[in-house]
Amino acid sequence: MPYIPHTSQEIAEMLSVIGVDSIEQLFDEIPPELRSDGLDNIPSRQSEMQVQRLLTEKSMQDGTPLCFAGGGAYEHHIPAAIWEIATRGEFYSAYTPYQAEASQGTLQVIYEFQTMIASLTGMDVSNASLYDGASALGEAVLMSVRANRKAKSKRIIMPATVSSVYRQVVATIVKHQGITLDIIDFDRANGTIDIDKLKQQSEPFAALVIPQPNYFGCMEDVHTLTDWAHEQGAMVIGLVNPVALALLEAPGNWGTQGVDIAVGEAQPLGIPLSSGGPYIGFMACKQKLVRQLPGRIVGRTVDLDGKPGFSLTLQAREQHIRRSKATSNICTNQGLMATATTLYLAFMGRDGLQKVAASCVQNTQALIDLLKISPGICFPFGTSVFHEFVITLPTDVEQVIEAMAEEDIVAGINISQYYAQDGLENALLICVTETRSPEDMAFFADTLNKVISDLTGGARK
Amino acid sequence: MSDIPQELKYTKSHEWVRVEEDGTLTVGITEHAQGLLGDMVFVELPEVGESYEAEQDCAVVESVKAASDIYCPVEGEVIEVNEELEDAPEQINVNAYHEGWIFRINPSNPDDVDNLMNADDYAALVEAEEH
Repeated sequence: MPYIPHTSQEIAEMLSVIGVDSIEQLFDEIPPELRSDGLDNIPSRQSEMQVQRLLTEKSMQDGTPLCFAGGGAYEHHIPAAIWEIATRGEFYSAYTPYQAEASQGTLQVIYEFQTMIASLTGMDVSNASLYDGASALGEAVLMSVRANRKAKSKRIIMPATVSSVYRQVVATIVKHQGITLDIIDFDRANGTIDIDKLKQQSEPFAALVIPQPNYFGCMEDVHTLTDWAHEQGAMVIGLVNPVALALLEAPGNWGTQGVDIAVGEAQPLGIPLSSGGPYIGFMACKQKLVRQLPGRIVGRTVDLDGKPGFSLTLQAREQHIRRSKATSNICTNQGLMATATTLYLAFMGRDGLQKVAASCVQNTQALIDLLKISPGICFPFGTSVFHEFVITLPTDVEQVIEAMAEEDIVAGINISQYYAQDGLENALLICVTETRSPEDMAFFADTLNKVISDLTGGARK
Repeated sequence: MSDIPQELKYTKSHEWVRVEEDGTLTVGITEHAQGLLGDMVFVELPEVGESYEAEQDCAVVESVKAASDIYCPVEGEVIEVNEELEDAPEQINVNAYHEGWIFRINPSNPDDVDNLMNADDYAALVEAEEH
């Protein structure tokens, strides 16, 4: 639909019909003391040319630094075709159709998305997507408490190896539902869930969350953990990275029964970093739990003439029908992001995704090898990693990050801010994807060595 | 006018209750209710062994157009549920008062049933609701 401006004449006509002299008069109902004088430092109006110039100058301040940071959102190469197609007028709508059956094309794309997610995670059924990985984890926690009636528990075991940010989001979502999140420590030597501490649990719990890879980039022992949780009568929620799934065992195959619910962040599949969003959460589960699954679900069916078509299904779970007893308040999905993700997976295919994942692993190992010979840098965890790893520095991590930034490198994430009490001081989480070249990594290692040397006054271990 | 068997008791929320010989109660939803709800697609049965208060929601019937709570008619413990409804929820539409039974309870107080409506009172309720 083209932009339709109001002409001055049309505005005058409307004002005349309403019976006022100016647009300002329409706001007379608002008490004067509540009116704002405008925003500081923001001019009331500028021309399109001025605004374009202003924003161009602002964006130039961002620059294009070399990114080695991950922590939940990852820089991957996005083929040009993805957004060329996703920004077509037919797709370029962020919203879920409400006259769903009239939007067969949209429903078909969502159905393809669901099929791909179910296939990637090894689960029976997927929903049409949620807002992001963190809220998807929150929904999974709520779902497991609802669905696991036998456990009669509102307790969730949440490992400390799940991102601190995700844990905060989940806590916000569940705190008024009477659900407790019991944080379980990680093994300091391995950077993975402390299984011995876990096995000391005696109180019943509704579900165990297992991240794979975890926030430190480390691989958890998913089969042991899944079977243990099931033996305790609990459900298992797998929190997974979709690119890693090209190489790792799908959560539907963890342990002897597979997980009950699989969730994660699908941003790595064709969505740009864009300063934190929009992203897209995915959620899939076993068939027997489908009635507890939140969000939109598209189903394939036949019409009166027997011709195949798509519709929204199992809507009695949703709040416009079930109201306060709905499975969730969400009644939408991330339509545009789901379209892009589906395009990305269709373009890359199984082979392409495996190549991306393999390249991430190789590049990460290459940087690890370079840094292993760097004086002063320690590797606290001995476990295999996917595309992220933790190092501890001989000097203040924030200063190192700043010094690297001056060389136009985003060095990583200071995770000491989340784990200082666990003895992880001056710890940096570094991520390497397929987008980094051997030159990038040599540059990173050389610069880091130089920065450390400068900051420690040349003192070496 | 839908079928309202004389020998049953009824609730305002359209459940019917049959007092069995051993004092237990069989509960389902009426012919009138199933007609309003439409084709059943799913029944969420109560847990055997769970106790419910009178008028507490204990089950859900889901049709193509709505999901409706089922309320326990009197205080009691659920002793049996109709598992056939898991694969054939349409039994509620086809035979609401027999094959469409939903659950059986052991009432805490056998006299509580007397507080429920008889067939004539229920018929009057249905008549009133239709206008």
